[in-house]
Amino acid sequence: MSTPLLRRLALSAVLAAWLMSGGPISGGAWAAGTLTYDLKPTRIAPDTYVFEGSTKHFTRANGGNILNSGFIVTADGVIVIQTGPSRRYGEEMRAAIRKVTEKPIRKVFISNLHPDYWLGNQAFADVPIAALPGTIAGIQEEGNGIAENMYRLVGDWMRGTEVTLPTETVYGSTVKFGDHHLRLIPLSGHTAADLMILDESTGVLFTGGVVFCDRTPTTPHATVADWLKELDAVDALDIRLLVPNHGHIRPDKACVAQTRDWLTWLDGTLRHAVESGLDMAEALELPIPERFQVLDVLREEYRRSVAHLWPRIEQASLPRVN
Amino acid sequence: MGYALRHMGFAGAMLVAAAPASAASSQSDPLKSVMWDILRDQYFAGAPVVFDAAVKVTAPAAAEDTRAVPLSVDATALGQVVEMVAIADLNPFPLVLRYHPGNAAPYIATRIKIQQATAVRGAARTADGVWHVSGVLVDAAGGGCSAPPASYAQKDWADHVGEVQARLWPAGEEGVARLRLRIRHPNDTGLVDGIPAYFVETLQVDAQTPGGSPTLARIDSLEPVSENPVYSLDVRPPPDATALILRGRDNQGGEIRATIPMPPPGAEPAMSLKPVGQPWSVGQ
Repeated sequence: MSTPLLRRLALSAVLAAWLMSGGPISGGAWAAGTLTYDLKPTRIAPDTYVFEGSTKHFTRANGGNILNSGFIVTADGVIVIQTGPSRRYGEEMRAAIRKVTEKPIRKVFISNLHPDYWLGNQAFADVPIAALPGTIAGIQEEGNGIAENMYRLVGDWMRGTEVTLPTETVYGSTVKFGDHHLRLIPLSGHTAADLMILDESTGVLFTGGVVFCDRTPTTPHATVADWLKELDAVDALDIRLLVPNHGHIRPDKACVAQTRDWLTWLDGTLRHAVESGLDMAEALELPIPERFQVLDVLREEYRRSVAHLWPRIEQASLPRVN
Repeated sequence: MGYALRHMGFAGAMLVAAAPASAASSQSDPLKSVMWDILRDQYFAGAPVVFDAAVKVTAPAAAEDTRAVPLSVDATALGQVVEMVAIADLNPFPLVLRYHPGNAAPYIATRIKIQQATAVRGAARTADGVWHVSGVLVDAAGGGCSAPPASYAQKDWADHVGEVQARLWPAGEEGVARLRLRIRHPNDTGLVDGIPAYFVETLQVDAQTPGGSPTLARIDSLEPVSENPVYSLDVRPPPDATALILRGRDNQGGEIRATIPMPPPGAEPAMSLKPVGQPWSVGQ
């Protein structure tokens, strides 16, 4: 293989990228020579803002910014919901909040143990960080492994990030900050402890990982039957805006139905495949119905779910013979 | 992936054509693994080796659980195959298994531990002595071989070692019957401090018939096979078989024995995903 040829090819690829980008590469990350998430809050309801993330996987390009973190500006201070995948994200988030309001951060809520919800906690170490007991226990048990895996997946974006546990235990209740009444809704299914937050004053529901919208749901800690019950609980709520942690924000519950459809198909398909004698490796290749093509990272996330769900289904299905 | 493999196979063929003086075994590795030359000499010593996309290796591009990565090797496109192996190049124990399919189809699937991102290969030896090799790259967070088995967390694990779950499906159009089995066993590599190697070494499937018990297939199963080993095989039980007998042994002399009943009347053959692309799904 000719090295000069390869070098020429690589160079022309860079040149092409430069031309397509419309000239000198702009944007903080390249211009400053350092990484930045370039977080910009979107106002979605009175006093309520979201930092919308990508619907992809954790990559070195997105630095793990695949979530919709949010904050509510109340007369009693700022309520932060999720702190993102890294210390850098948490710090940038806090700086971006500062540009919207000078009010102090009053409290942080963390919805579950997955990495993009809490690895930015260091930036909020001076305020109470609240989570369900099951979430705190999960981070205690798996937090180091989760953080290590994020270093592997997104690299330098994680610099300086350390596991920082939530400091306050919360349960199901309604708490009042200024004139915002936040209903804390503890559930389990997506993970063993899922915290949803409904702002009764604005009708905005932060679902955490319970609802995904146009993004394939993730299942590393899921119990599908319980997750379906969580979705029923969401359906029973009176809301005006649904903010999933992953995917699009919508004024309706279409994505509750979408998440339910996916989970029902996934579970049913894997059970049928086990009953029909397929091996797990074969199940990785099963066709996925056309209607799910709207879900981002579909095949990759489906394959992860096979890894999460298949062994238990198989163990329950194969008959004992000795 | 299929296209990429074919492409790499083609590139390999061109290299051979350009250097006719070299033996086939000097083909450069399409997966560019640093261990390939050593592993080739170790496991295929002196035998001709060709990279051949006719051997279909299926494994996920990224291992979600490094202690149980699904892997299948399908050499049915080669016709009759004498022996198959699976190798994970960068494992502390690269050799995963040897499969002696007998008259079974040259297909085997299991789950394996991988210690780090690695090439994972399947190879099949045809009657002419040539090894046909293919493979895929599996990315991984690592640690699968040096993680303690979850079994030991259960106090009564020792009471359950050797328990077998298994099911045989009726033969389908291709004349092969899917056999799936799961054996309860820590299958420990010996790499965890203070825990000696303890894994299933041999498995054999015989048919129980009025005239004797012919062997249908044999597996030499090694350290990288996951805890609670799972296997899928495509066997050809004789028409007068009344049951299949699974016999095996672990490296500490523990016996494994189970009688697998024939499928009940009216049972459907296992689902076949061939030909590829056949529309199939449930719940629509």
